[in-house]
Amino acid sequence: MTDIVFLLNGEAQRLSNVSPTHTLLDWLRETRHLTGTKEGCNEGDCGACTVMVTDNSGAHAMNACILLLPQLNGKAVRTIEGMSGPDGTLHPVQQEMVEKHGSQCGFCTPGIVVSLATAHLNGETNHDDVLAGNLCRCTGYAPIIRAAEAASQTSAPEWMKEDLSALDGIAVATSPFFPQTTDALATWYSQNPDATLVAGATDIGLWVTKQLRELPKPAFLNGIEDLRQTETGPEEIRLGAGVTLRELGRLMADLHPSFAAMIRRFGSVQVRNAATLGGNIANGSPIGDTPPPLIALGARLHLRKGDRLRDMPLEDFFVDYGKQDRKPGEFLQAVTIPRQPDNLRVYKVSKRFDQDISALCGAFNISVVNGVVSAARIAFGGMAAIPKRARHVEKALTDRPWTQETIATAAAQFARDFTPLSDMRASADYRLITAQNLLRRCFEEMNGMPVNVLEVQA
Amino acid sequence: MSRPLPHDAASLHVTGKARYVDDIPTPADCLHLAFGLSEIAHGDIDSLDLDAVRRAPGVVRVLTAGDLPGSNDVSPAAGDEPLLAADTVHYIGQPVFAVVATSHLAARKAARLGRISYTERKAVLSIDDALAANSRFENGPIVWSKGDAPRAIKAAPRRLRGRIEMGGQEHFYLEGQCALALPQENGDMVVHSSTQHPTEIQHKVAEALNLPMSGVRVEVRRMGGGFGGKESQGNALAVACAVAARMTGQPCKMRYDRDDDMTITGKRHDFRIDYHVGFDDQGQILGIEFTQFARCGWAMDLSLPVADRAMLHADNAYFLPDVSITSHRLRTNTQSATAFRGFGGPQGILGIERVIDHIAHDLGLDPLLVRQNNFYASGGDISAIRKDVQTTPYHQPVEDSVIRELVQELSESAGYAARREAVRQWNATHPLLKKGIALTPVKFGISFTLTHLNQAGALVHVYQDGSVYLNHGGTEMGQGLFQKVAQVAATVFSIDPAQVKITATDTGKVPNTSATAASSGSDLNGMAVKAACEVLRDRMAEVLAGRHQTEAANVRFDAGRVLVGNKVYSFAEVAKITYESRVSLSATGFYETPCISWDRLRGTGRPFYYFAYGAAISEVVLDVLTGENRLLRVDILHDVGNSLNPALDIGQIEGGFVQGAGWLTTEELVWDETGRLRTHAPSTYKIPACSDRPDIFNTALYDNENRAETIYRSKAVGEPPFMHGISSFLALSDALTACGETYPALDAPATAERIMTTARRLAGDET
Repeated sequence: MTDIVFLLNGEAQRLSNVSPTHTLLDWLRETRHLTGTKEGCNEGDCGACTVMVTDNSGAHAMNACILLLPQLNGKAVRTIEGMSGPDGTLHPVQQEMVEKHGSQCGFCTPGIVVSLATAHLNGETNHDDVLAGNLCRCTGYAPIIRAAEAASQTSAPEWMKEDLSALDGIAVATSPFFPQTTDALATWYSQNPDATLVAGATDIGLWVTKQLRELPKPAFLNGIEDLRQTETGPEEIRLGAGVTLRELGRLMADLHPSFAAMIRRFGSVQVRNAATLGGNIANGSPIGDTPPPLIALGARLHLRKGDRLRDMPLEDFFVDYGKQDRKPGEFLQAVTIPRQPDNLRVYKVSKRFDQDISALCGAFNISVVNGVVSAARIAFGGMAAIPKRARHVEKALTDRPWTQETIATAAAQFARDFTPLSDMRASADYRLITAQNLLRRCFEEMNGMPVNVLEVQA
Repeated sequence: MSRPLPHDAASLHVTGKARYVDDIPTPADCLHLAFGLSEIAHGDIDSLDLDAVRRAPGVVRVLTAGDLPGSNDVSPAAGDEPLLAADTVHYIGQPVFAVVATSHLAARKAARLGRISYTERKAVLSIDDALAANSRFENGPIVWSKGDAPRAIKAAPRRLRGRIEMGGQEHFYLEGQCALALPQENGDMVVHSSTQHPTEIQHKVAEALNLPMSGVRVEVRRMGGGFGGKESQGNALAVACAVAARMTGQPCKMRYDRDDDMTITGKRHDFRIDYHVGFDDQGQILGIEFTQFARCGWAMDLSLPVADRAMLHADNAYFLPDVSITSHRLRTNTQSATAFRGFGGPQGILGIERVIDHIAHDLGLDPLLVRQNNFYASGGDISAIRKDVQTTPYHQPVEDSVIRELVQELSESAGYAARREAVRQWNATHPLLKKGIALTPVKFGISFTLTHLNQAGALVHVYQDGSVYLNHGGTEMGQGLFQKVAQVAATVFSIDPAQVKITATDTGKVPNTSATAASSGSDLNGMAVKAACEVLRDRMAEVLAGRHQTEAANVRFDAGRVLVGNKVYSFAEVAKITYESRVSLSATGFYETPCISWDRLRGTGRPFYYFAYGAAISEVVLDVLTGENRLLRVDILHDVGNSLNPALDIGQIEGGFVQGAGWLTTEELVWDETGRLRTHAPSTYKIPACSDRPDIFNTALYDNENRAETIYRSKAVGEPPFMHGISSFLALSDALTACGETYPALDAPATAERIMTTARRLAGDET
């Protein structure tokens, strides 16, 4: 229990004795009776609860259902009730949603409006990406896109700009609950190894809303600036564990565009604005989407316990299902990726393109010199209990001519590397055959053949 | 009339001010409910240990079947659906007990603490399980026929057999099920429910509380989506809240968390359809037999009329001279499948569209040509000699068909022929990415097949200031019904629609309403409102005519004014004059659909007042390596008669298409071997997202006044466009024909996995 301060629709709020499991959505609807923000799924997948959260990195759409109140400390929240002007003037997005018939039942509409208005403020116009995390069951999205396109011709209203200085003079809470530096976190966590570290809460939020768990000893990490830093040096790229998926995607756009293209399909805008690289790795999920490309790039993890640092290849961190090489009180501080020419190709396969969990995700980092494979690092998620390298496949490729025959021989090795499971996302057979086919896709793509349905037009 | 005005609540939607049941301010002592659910698919309850539930923080009361004061049934008709399981549980997710607590979260937490011990029984899960166990509703299969199908098939030059399996569909209304019960004096109850069927909620609550229906009032301002999923599935929440409110004397509210909603409530029926067809060298069908298997789940709910409608749409837009349709309604230990937009129609139509596609592949003909060779004759071509009229398999004459000319217009405007050739060329040069194109028609029958449901009532007041208060039996779930009906009222009075106050559906204002379902909302309620408004307009005209010593016929309502002789009044002035003349300014209206009659047992009659038509062309691309695919372009031409509101109608068409495409592609319901639904949240159940809509999406209305005397000669629009999604499924099938020689025989939903697996089978790569 602690105190937090934040802005709500421009007005300072100080909340005392905040429970770490109190979600912003429940607080808005039940405590403040601001019922414009809707609960659609309570797990961050439908976007009906989208709010705009502004911090010193800008304004971001986020899902209120899995935002825990302490995460808002020092930030500004703007809900659907704050989208219109003080005199009731509709936001241009609202006006166009009316005129273009963008609402039918209206239940997803507040979330859609907030997502679009936040993008409008930030000058983002790829509306499919902006709305990937907002489900609508009525309209088929066509009129919403018409509204978004019309609104993008207008400028952002003054009232959308948050003034975080309104919090100046109101002490933002600091405590073990809110460590402000990596050093402070390291000291406290080594002494409290049973604590729960909360970064974006896109996973932990579901422990709260779906498993109905408590968080007895949490630490909220979003105040730690130095955990969010990135450095692109001549030898390596260093990424703080607190870097969000949004920031990672931006960084990868130039360095490894195929990685960035996959991140565009990672969760949704709302999820990428909250989720962190460290969280995606440290939770050890076999279907986390960042480990395969990072392993293929030869990334190393940097762990810290107290003052002790150690590092390891990322693939060695994953030991078994639910088990990682992380000691009590030890946390993930950073990830480093060696600088290299870009040969990375990342293929995420899921039932739906946007905002879906991978059935499998394959990353291929294959160097071909004079028609011969000089190096191959291949890693997959969704194919085993952990994100894992395809070492037999790599071996069958390395030092061989880059030909159909080599590909066919190497593809057969997938069955030695992986014994995937069947679940509601895909069967074991589909996973194994698709993994083999993705190697072929990689080959054909490197030879210039069109392989991506997302790039085809009528 | 016919103006493309925005939805009446659009400005409330976009500002977050539109109020749904969970948004209604509640009294401070409001309690919250959650159900404890069965953990097994079939078995007898031996004991219930609810001590931990009762001791949990915030818990006020725990209800089991034995605690209920009245009827323990929430079924729409059959009486086979207990609110709380008493002895036997029939599916994983069936409510067994209800927790009443001080908060929603406290109720949810406590509900997980119940310990139920069971003696398990064998669970019947699949169609094959049910057939093996002869587990079904009704005594045996229902068979309807016309002519002699076996003889015609035998005599035909060519024959085919085949089978298609098609999955069910979760409604995924964005607003989950929700109800709020407010206890009144003398034991009466007021219920706010997110329901398409307030009268049924009223009826079930009255039974549960041992009250006459007059003791219960149900109000519905709007739903956050319904799609059929709120036709009967809201009963349990409303009844549970009402019972708890009766027992505690406090207001009670219940909303399902999304996972509970998807686990507890029914979905679209999954179907298997077997076919045996005889045809000629042009693909003209000479005789056909269908066997439809519907997986109905554990309780009857609306499964019989759903399965009937699947049979009633086994012909779609095609004349079938000799036909036999057999329907098995199978009972399984899964959620009780329920109404969902199309109500069996989509399944029946997908069956015949598969047959046509299969015939075309067999003959090497363009499927469009085979379709055209089988379409019903046009209404315009029908001679005056009635015996020339083609009939449906259920012997209803098809007199209003426009499918030939509509399809012709669409195929030309969308450049079908050239695009089919372009697809062929693309496929010849692209080994990994295959394109496909398909045009599918829809002919959908409009009316409830239970004839007595085809009625509606309205209540309209004009106040002395000229403002109009509008109420009718239809419910608003996003389809824009209230706006359309307000435009009807405004047209009768010749006033601005903004002067018409739209009000919540209320069983205290219009009684004995039918569900807002079967696409019937504006047909029925529009007519009832028109009747009420005309009564009032005539009374006002009468009063004014009397004052001017002329006939009422000489009083004209025009653009907000009322003209008589050379005198001009405002509408408000006439309202005031009428009031001061001591003439009632309140009227009810009533409507019953004419000309329909239906013998369900014999499968003959005229169940439908008219048919709505349309057609869609989808173009897709798929990746043979992964099965990933995308809709590239969609063109739709759809018949809404004279549109009441073109903007709202186009919204229904676009939205219906995307929902239909989702049903047949990414939306996959997966149950495991224990009968547990594994896809119970949007993380695992994937409805179309924004980028899944086609890049090019052209929708147009077909110019075609309804021949039937409907409200301003419009046509119903809610369900028919859903079936346009079938074009995207058959376009994927068409793309797969580029992967091998044999017919793809693609099943639905065509997930990436199913497409890739089918492509491998066609290429002979299957291991």
